[in-house]
Amino acid sequence: MNAAFLAFAHLRWHWARSVVMVLVAAVILAVPLVSQTLLRGSEQSLTARADATPLVLGARGSQIDLVMGALYFGEDRAQPVTMKAAEAVWESDLALPIPLNTMFTASGARIVGTTLDYFSFRGLEIAQGRRFAVLGEAVLGASVARRLNLSPGDTIVSAPENLFDLDGVYPLEMTVTGVLAPTGTPDDEAVLTDVKTTWVIAGIGHGHQDVVAEGDDPVTASAALEQYNRITPDNIDSFHFHGAPEDYPLTAVLIEPYDTRSETILRGRYLEPENPLQLVVPSDVVDRLVERIFRIAALLDAVAGLVGLAAAAAVALALFLAWRLRAPELDTARRIGAGRGMILRLAGAEIAILLGAALLMAQGIVIVVQSRSNTLLTWLIAQ
Amino acid sequence: MIDIADLDFAYPRGGFRLDVPRLTIERGARVAVVGSSGTGKTTLLNLVAGLQVAARGHVTVDGQNLSALSDTQRRAFRARRIGFIFQNFALMDYLNARENVLYPYRIAPGLVLDDAVRARAEALATACGIEDRLDRHPGALSQGEQQRVAICRALVTRPGLILADEATGNLDPHTKTLILDLLFERAAEAGATILAVTHDHALLPRFDRVIDFSELRRAA
Repeated sequence: MNAAFLAFAHLRWHWARSVVMVLVAAVILAVPLVSQTLLRGSEQSLTARADATPLVLGARGSQIDLVMGALYFGEDRAQPVTMKAAEAVWESDLALPIPLNTMFTASGARIVGTTLDYFSFRGLEIAQGRRFAVLGEAVLGASVARRLNLSPGDTIVSAPENLFDLDGVYPLEMTVTGVLAPTGTPDDEAVLTDVKTTWVIAGIGHGHQDVVAEGDDPVTASAALEQYNRITPDNIDSFHFHGAPEDYPLTAVLIEPYDTRSETILRGRYLEPENPLQLVVPSDVVDRLVERIFRIAALLDAVAGLVGLAAAAAVALALFLAWRLRAPELDTARRIGAGRGMILRLAGAEIAILLGAALLMAQGIVIVVQSRSNTLLTWLIAQ
Repeated sequence: MIDIADLDFAYPRGGFRLDVPRLTIERGARVAVVGSSGTGKTTLLNLVAGLQVAARGHVTVDGQNLSALSDTQRRAFRARRIGFIFQNFALMDYLNARENVLYPYRIAPGLVLDDAVRARAEALATACGIEDRLDRHPGALSQGEQQRVAICRALVTRPGLILADEATGNLDPHTKTLILDLLFERAAEAGATILAVTHDHALLPRFDRVIDFSELRRAA
């Protein structure tokens, strides 16, 4: 008890040094725990979403990019495909195709253009408001709504893709009609809207004043022609699309086969290497990815272990030097009557207090990481 | 009472040798030890405290032959029966004055810190005039105040012997006198013997007895 009292008094008096040692020790302890937490979490998060997605159709190329873009709305996407690919699946009567267009963002969140089938496919529930119904409406993921402090009735604007491209993508102000209940998946970080709305953002569809107006002062097709950047009940009828609908772009198509036989038939149709489309099983792709991640993680763990060992040695050296500096104090204690056991108890108490505080802090770090792991993992996986 | 007979001490690495044929100090006496540097004054204090043990001869303090005790027994004896005062005060910077006074009870075996001890420490602090400084750390005290704290720490265990190694060496002349008066008064109240090493010849008339170590010691 006396050793603990003296050790605590000493550490408190030299609080700056104590704080640094506790912080270093806490980081040494927390890093492997946090990395394991995130690794296990990312494995679960990746595999759970992949297992819940039977097939993904997209452009031939990187299977990882295709799956990461379609499931986790990642930055790296596969080459776009067209609506024709989705329609072909629909017409085959073997599966339900759910188109996805994830080319655009709004306030840092990925805009996911899709159909209402996506809600039932992912089991998404509306916490506030309703689903999107017409062009220009959007449903926010729980994290996006919380971060941007938005609720039904508010608006969210798509990000301009290129400020200097006057003929390119213009921001579209979308009306928020609903907010999803939290799911702990990338849907929390998404802005869900009708796929046609994303085509409006892409400039394929637009609305403007009628160029053939009635009366004496007709509007002509010139720079004075007003382009709408918000879809309202008053101007929605002026919105129209150019080109053939089957050529409209998608980033991927989620496929939900009606049965095992249908899945087998469907997969057979995309086996030829000449086919510009590929149909992948996300769980297979993710399993290979996880295997790679864990191989790299094992290497990183070894490196982290060495770094931790070096840091622990530095902390031990700091403690040793601190004790050397206390030689006069220990000599006084010895003269007054303290034995070697008491000196060892003093040193032990200091180390125990420092380690205890570091353990508590490390545990705190792990708890914070665990409590935010869903958001953190969604962000990490989407990057 | 301190009784030293046929003392022969040498450090393991050699070079210095202390040989004291006979030295007796009566209980309650105030004894100054003088002598030039390197004559073994501090070594004598260490031997009397049981911090070092002579190969030959014996050192008896209050009837206890220190050579006959084990290391643990000598530590316990030192903690209960001997108080130390150092030239550099040797206070713990991380403890306030009160906890510095009580320090022996935190580290020495067999000493139990209870309310009676705390009351005694407060009474000693009042007697030494530092009762309003007890919550301060050494860095916030003057040198005179720090030595008063050290005196309280030396006396709080009610020792029979106080060993002072240049206890006033760091103090100005006025404070030296005050501290010495204080030490003598408190030791007299406790009936403690004082064995003080000093280089300050101006203080010698205040002691009951002065031992010139250069004469006492017989070089080998």
